[in-house]
Amino acid sequence: MDGLKRGSTAIVGAAESDLGQVADEMSPMDLCAQGISGALADCGLAMKDVDGLFCAMTQQRMSIISLIEYLGIQPKFIGSSMTGGSSFEFHVAQAAAAIEAGLCSVAVIAYGSTQRSVGRKQASQREVNPYETPFKPFLPTSAYALAASRHMHQYGTTRENLAEVAVAARKWAQLNPVAWEKKPLTVADVLKARMISHPFTVRDCCLVTDGGGAIVMTSAARAKSLKKPPAYVLGCGHGVTHMNISSMPDLTITGAKQSGEVAYKMAKLSAKDCDMVQLYDAFTINTILFLEDLGFCKKGEGGAFVSNGNIAPGGGLPVNTNGGGLSYCHPGMYGLFILIEGVRQLRGECGERQVKKHDVAMVHGNGGVLSAQASVILGGGATV
Amino acid sequence: MPNATTSPLATYISHLEKGELAYQFSPEANRAVFFPRVLCPFTGSDKLEWRISTGRSTVYATTVVYPAEGAPFNVALVDCDEGFRLMSRVEEIAPEQVTIGMRVKFRVHRPGGEEAPIPVFTPEAA
Repeated sequence: MDGLKRGSTAIVGAAESDLGQVADEMSPMDLCAQGISGALADCGLAMKDVDGLFCAMTQQRMSIISLIEYLGIQPKFIGSSMTGGSSFEFHVAQAAAAIEAGLCSVAVIAYGSTQRSVGRKQASQREVNPYETPFKPFLPTSAYALAASRHMHQYGTTRENLAEVAVAARKWAQLNPVAWEKKPLTVADVLKARMISHPFTVRDCCLVTDGGGAIVMTSAARAKSLKKPPAYVLGCGHGVTHMNISSMPDLTITGAKQSGEVAYKMAKLSAKDCDMVQLYDAFTINTILFLEDLGFCKKGEGGAFVSNGNIAPGGGLPVNTNGGGLSYCHPGMYGLFILIEGVRQLRGECGERQVKKHDVAMVHGNGGVLSAQASVILGGGATV
Repeated sequence: MPNATTSPLATYISHLEKGELAYQFSPEANRAVFFPRVLCPFTGSDKLEWRISTGRSTVYATTVVYPAEGAPFNVALVDCDEGFRLMSRVEEIAPEQVTIGMRVKFRVHRPGGEEAPIPVFTPEAA
């Protein structure tokens, strides 16, 4: 089995819905629809062209059926893999497979959430685990905090290192017109904010916002005739290590190691070839762990790597150029937004925050509590 | 085959009710399995034996949860000497004094009412 073919498909359309705090009674499906409308307009395709549909949501138990009903279409191929925030990176690989196999020709991947409007408890159902729930971990935060404690113990990573991630994200957000949090933020501000689950203060944690969006994928051949430069899918990989944090084999090594290796192999690229990284920063430790596991620095050196502005605007490696889940938006399952940002950066559409060299983007999604990792390497026209 | 007469979780809890921390051992994998289940996650085999832990353990990871209301409390991942890990808490010391590498020992906590007993830990030196 050869697997997916490098560059055989592309993301051709990308759009967000309303973000932040949306209008009263706006539904997650309304936000999906806004995103789909925008993403189709972005590439010049119409609803009648859509014959593949993918989505995953926390607020709709059978979200793909709800979305089919809402849109009034009969797609030939549908998918609704639910791996939390990384669902959409999984969907990209599945859509690529479906397009390569001729099961559909234009696939839409969509998401919407009103978790800020309805409250986080209403937006996502908590599961009872008899081996964890009695100890009252504040999930998902405490799970990531446990991972941070271990990284700090093994590698001397500091709370200041973690705070540097939040500060860099905020600096990028200040360059993004639609980012939610733009107030200046310092390392000291992060450290003295309200403690949630040690070592995390509220500023180490992602935002709680509404929002949605969509991307459109098609074959590389068809992509060339559309409105905007294609973002070719060069590599895809995933790694699932556990569901609950007490079952994670090593809290300092995530499934991103495997997902990255698989994606790099397919793309015939390595970390040094990536001009930027768009990764799922649910908590500040994520950025450190994923940069290490994806090969941007050695294991244990992530704390130093993110410090001194190295991942902020003007630094050595642009990371989360939209401001990330920490400062731009975080509507529950954030993984779609890093794909949107990757596409826009490759096209050179990002205005003030535009990265100078923008041929290859590593997009890395995270789901659960460091549980389900999925990497997608996107490339511009020069890479295929 | 008749239906199983008990579940992995019920067996685990029945040991806790006796003051024991039980875990499974996979002879084919030659290693401990936790949480209790029907199939060994290392081999796929359904041959799993129940064993009783000595309860001697080391803190693997730790956090202090600061709830909106009430006092901060500890949540830890604990590695038992038999080679399995579980979520628990370390009691009898301030939550922020729980450190990685600290030696701890098991005791059963009985919340009472409808709630099942749970394994908690205290510093070995105490």
